[in-house]
Amino acid sequence: MGQKRKIRILVAKPGLDGHDRGAKIIARGFRDAGFEVIYTGLHQSPEQIVEAAIQEDVDVIGLSSLAGAHNHLFREVLRLLKERSADDIPVFGGGIIPDEDIPKLKEAGILEIFTPGTRVEDVVKWVEENIHPRG
Amino acid sequence: MGVNPKEWAKRIIEGDIRAASRLMRDIDDRMPWVSEVLKELYPHTGRAYVIGVTGSPGVGKSTLVDVLIEIFRGKKLEIGVVVIDPTSPFTGGAILGDRIRMQRHSTDSGVFIRSLATRGSMGGLSRSTSDILRVMDAMGKDIILLETVGVGQDEVDVVNIAHTSMIVMIPGLGDDIQAIKAGILEIGDIFVINKCEREGAERMEREIMMMLELGARREDGWTPKIVKTEAIKRKGVKELVEVIEEHRSFQEDPERKKMFLQKALRIELITHLKDQITTRILDAIGHEEGLSRAVDEIISGRIDLYSKSEEILNRLMC
Repeated sequence: MGQKRKIRILVAKPGLDGHDRGAKIIARGFRDAGFEVIYTGLHQSPEQIVEAAIQEDVDVIGLSSLAGAHNHLFREVLRLLKERSADDIPVFGGGIIPDEDIPKLKEAGILEIFTPGTRVEDVVKWVEENIHPRG
Repeated sequence: MGVNPKEWAKRIIEGDIRAASRLMRDIDDRMPWVSEVLKELYPHTGRAYVIGVTGSPGVGKSTLVDVLIEIFRGKKLEIGVVVIDPTSPFTGGAILGDRIRMQRHSTDSGVFIRSLATRGSMGGLSRSTSDILRVMDAMGKDIILLETVGVGQDEVDVVNIAHTSMIVMIPGLGDDIQAIKAGILEIGDIFVINKCEREGAERMEREIMMMLELGARREDGWTPKIVKTEAIKRKGVKELVEVIEEHRSFQEDPERKKMFLQKALRIELITHLKDQITTRILDAIGHEEGLSRAVDEIISGRIDLYSKSEEILNRLMC
């Protein structure tokens, strides 16, 4: 029965920063858009994020970072996905990320970066337009 | 998915996590090809022991599951975990947050955790739950911990799936009369009073004991046990595991095993039949559109609901 799949999305906070208000607001926005959001909480290692993404069969991973370690942590997530042959799972990011880092992160394979001030509706819209669950 | 069912099943049995995880998704999304893969997996199932964990929201189910994973892993057992959270009835979305409490096990290759949303299912589980448990069983999990949504009084489906059902409660919720209500309190093999450092734990224990003594003897002959825990500090959890193991040896009596299986499969078969029949009918009448047409006919008064339903069924049977 070919019904439409719901988007499953992992919202994760890698690293040490202890603020997840933004991540929670975005998770709530995704829920209200009809997505199934797997929320893994604070202080996640890239390994934990990647294993959770695989076990939960998500369509996309959203990483939030406010503490400045995004260059290392986001890349590490991409590297581990590749190592686990799961690099077909796209990754986007958000948080406090300096403009000059954005092109480099995108070049490394992060699909999109959202900076402070982005409206939740716009992130939802971006996911709806760019993330397609497999057939 | 362009993989043949035999190959897909083989990968799962050989321990390919992604193959398993994708099948679970397809089961949840009700993709038509899953039944062929499940048929291949079926002969490799029936070994896992399923422990159901149920109770109201906030009583500490996830924390207890997290601690149980730790203890069972210490015994070198392979663990599967299914955690269920509610789907929003308005948007169809869900926030699945039970993993937070058990994420530390996520990089342990002996543990596989899967979050599910109820997707409109009422009994505390999702419609996909029993099939997803079966996939974990085929993956070689020894024990599967099944955490239901935070339930009220009537979400008792877990008892038909879990070999051992644990009801988790905390002191100070609800008055005495709650304890004698029918429903959830009748299904527990084990009652866990969690957060037992709180005032009222002893009284709660007495109340449950009284309720159990007043009730009719259980058909299967098991006397439910009560265990007090403070999961977050690991208090009482060793005792809890002992009681689980006691119930397990009780359940493993061949006669008991047969009874459990008969009841469980009966329910599953009926559910599956209903599902398939509904799908076939919807296929035959053309899903949403056909359904709307039929409803319009009823609204306009051309036909009544009962005759329409018969008409559709008769068309299918011919």
